[in-house]
Amino acid sequence: MDILNAIVLLLNYIFVPALTYGSQLALGAIFVTLIYGILRFANFATGDMMSFGTMVAILFTWYFQSIGISLGILPTALLAIPFAILFMIIYMLLIDKFVFKYYRVQKSPPVQLAMVSIGVMFVTQAVVRIIIGPADQRFFDGQKFIIKAGEFKEMTGLNEGLAIKSTQVITIFVTIILVSVLFWFLNKTKTGKSMKAYSDNEDLALLSGIDPKKIVMITWIIAGILATIGGVLYGLDKSFKPFTYFNNMLPIFAAAIVGGIGNPFGAFLGGYVIAFSEIFLTYAYKKFFMYVLPESMEPETLVQLLSTDYKFAVSFSILVIVLLYRPSGIFKGKIL
Amino acid sequence: MRKNLNVIAAYSIMMVLIILVGIFQSWNIALSIFNMCLISAVMTMGANIQWGYAGLINFGIMGYTALGGLAAVLISVDPIQEAWRVGGFDILMCLWLIIVMVLVIRFILKNFQKSKLRTYGIAAIIVAGIIIIRITAEPGIEAIEAVNPAKTGFLGGLGLPIIFSWIVGAFFAGGLAFIVGKVALGLRADYLAIATLLISEIVIAIIKHEDWLTRGVKNVIGLKRPAPYEVDLQTTDWFINLVEKFNSGKLSLISNLADRQSALNQLVIEGSSVFVKLCYSGLFLVVVIILLILTQKALYSPWGRMMRAIRDNEEAANAMGKNVVKQHLLIFILGSAIVGIAGAMLVTQDGLFTPGSYRPMRYTFLIWVMVIVGGSGNNFGAILGGFAVWFLWIEAAPIALFLINLFTASMSDTHALKVHLIESVPYFRYLMMGLGLLLIMRYRPKGIIPEKIEIK
Repeated sequence: MDILNAIVLLLNYIFVPALTYGSQLALGAIFVTLIYGILRFANFATGDMMSFGTMVAILFTWYFQSIGISLGILPTALLAIPFAILFMIIYMLLIDKFVFKYYRVQKSPPVQLAMVSIGVMFVTQAVVRIIIGPADQRFFDGQKFIIKAGEFKEMTGLNEGLAIKSTQVITIFVTIILVSVLFWFLNKTKTGKSMKAYSDNEDLALLSGIDPKKIVMITWIIAGILATIGGVLYGLDKSFKPFTYFNNMLPIFAAAIVGGIGNPFGAFLGGYVIAFSEIFLTYAYKKFFMYVLPESMEPETLVQLLSTDYKFAVSFSILVIVLLYRPSGIFKGKIL
Repeated sequence: MRKNLNVIAAYSIMMVLIILVGIFQSWNIALSIFNMCLISAVMTMGANIQWGYAGLINFGIMGYTALGGLAAVLISVDPIQEAWRVGGFDILMCLWLIIVMVLVIRFILKNFQKSKLRTYGIAAIIVAGIIIIRITAEPGIEAIEAVNPAKTGFLGGLGLPIIFSWIVGAFFAGGLAFIVGKVALGLRADYLAIATLLISEIVIAIIKHEDWLTRGVKNVIGLKRPAPYEVDLQTTDWFINLVEKFNSGKLSLISNLADRQSALNQLVIEGSSVFVKLCYSGLFLVVVIILLILTQKALYSPWGRMMRAIRDNEEAANAMGKNVVKQHLLIFILGSAIVGIAGAMLVTQDGLFTPGSYRPMRYTFLIWVMVIVGGSGNNFGAILGGFAVWFLWIEAAPIALFLINLFTASMSDTHALKVHLIESVPYFRYLMMGLGLLLIMRYRPKGIIPEKIEIK
């Protein structure tokens, strides 16, 4: 019984939250890695692009709520996602046309493109803050919990409750579908394969008749879909605040590099590596040991490896270690 | 003279702008803008040494600034005896343990062949070391943080004049840069950017949460000043006489004696804060001029030529027998040290240390905008960038307000859009920064004052 309690405890406080957070990071990391692999620059506007997409989704959610459309137990935001994606893609294509294209044609070094993306970051941040303001926005509606802690205790008779929020299930579910479709697209369709070819060797791809304009456009479209959905899922699960989204760029970068930048599958797993290690290392295991160990051996301290203040620092340290010992990432991305 | 005309013109325009602020808004605002411009100029010089001279991209400026600020605290605050007595021993023990750990790792690295066993051994030492250090430090840290937590709760500093911290800040930042450089400098440019950005976040996390050292988010306020206090000035005779002399024309117009006295009091209060700001301006100006002379000398020295050679073609410079790795590390440390000076200056000016206020937008990316806009590789350009961008950053809100009122003049004052736009005026500064950066990068990629190397 105690063992079961311990397992439920870990599920409730580590596994489910980490899986959710990891999924949100994974979507962002694939976005970063795609831009890096195909357009060849580190996009510092990642977090702010995600917040732009989320903002549009929130505005649509409010609109739907005001005219009385809802999805019942599901959050209305899911209905707003397609419209938000559309706006996001238009925004990204406009930015590409007016900003990034010039440097791509000039064949500028990647550093210059990264600098330009900082300009885009400033502008996007300003646009988001001017339209929706810098404050916290909650836009979740519908049923909040699938299983409440109390209900779970009654059902199973355990001491520990397991609470599963509907947003957590939605996040994991949507991520699985989206990522499967994406990998199917990248690996099986002709366009996906030509994207890979373009990423591997630009000149050879051009020689074999691949249209670079089309590749770039499709990359931005996929990026827009990933950024919007990733942002909305994060906002539903926690809350939407432009500054938090900007900060999320850092663990997302860490995930992309740990997974091996330029490699979408690596980025996907990298998201979970970062999320799990952040939560594993900062969780206080006192209660867990109380269940598992006999009473005489119960720990007196919190048995916490690092205080939760250092949550971000964990992912960055992992990144530094990976960069030192395996700069191409765990799953071999582009060689640096 | 002729070829420096654009430099002189750019700087005169900048000065005129600041003087205009003084005339139309107030001299207080103008001087605080000017002081922050000087601090920004020091930061841009640091970033410019790394990026403009050597092509190293450092997105960790925030971390070095914060370390400089920490130096200001650790130098100027009086030591807290009580805290040292209850927890000082544990902390010193930890320091000693860290030194032992580093020495052991160095010993292993030197004396054993590279192998998996060695890597795992070092990892095990680090993990065990961290656990031992935590266990040793825990009671000490708790005891220190329990000493009068509302007012102190940390170890305090050395109680020296705060000016010394400008040098110590440079050493702190340089030391961090040495570690970061050893770890990250081998990476390709954009990875170096990401790695330095993340490392600076780690530094901020440590400063924010190690309360025994920095008081963390509880902030340290009331740091000692190198300049006189306004309150003291307002009661000093020579200062009151000075203000009276300056404003004798204005004062003589007021015939009523009581009115004249109250007008004089008002002028003294205003004058005192202007005077304090002028003191700071003087100090900062000295730092900027010294650094400018040194960096200009370095730029035109053989060493500067070598750095440019390395920047423009690393392989060729390497083939010529220049030690690229060593020079990169050196310039990384030098640039970061200069940023550390700026960090200490900033805390000195504010008189308070607020770890929560260090955000990458303000302390990393804004500085980069300054460097790029001003002109990388050219010290005068970098300083001008610091001035122009900071000026715009502060004056963006009034400018945006003016433009909004201009374009929405036909709308009524209660129109929802107009009200919303006026409420979000502070965020237009981001828009201006972003557009400015994008336009400069597109149409004048070398900045306002481009790099110009004269061969003498």
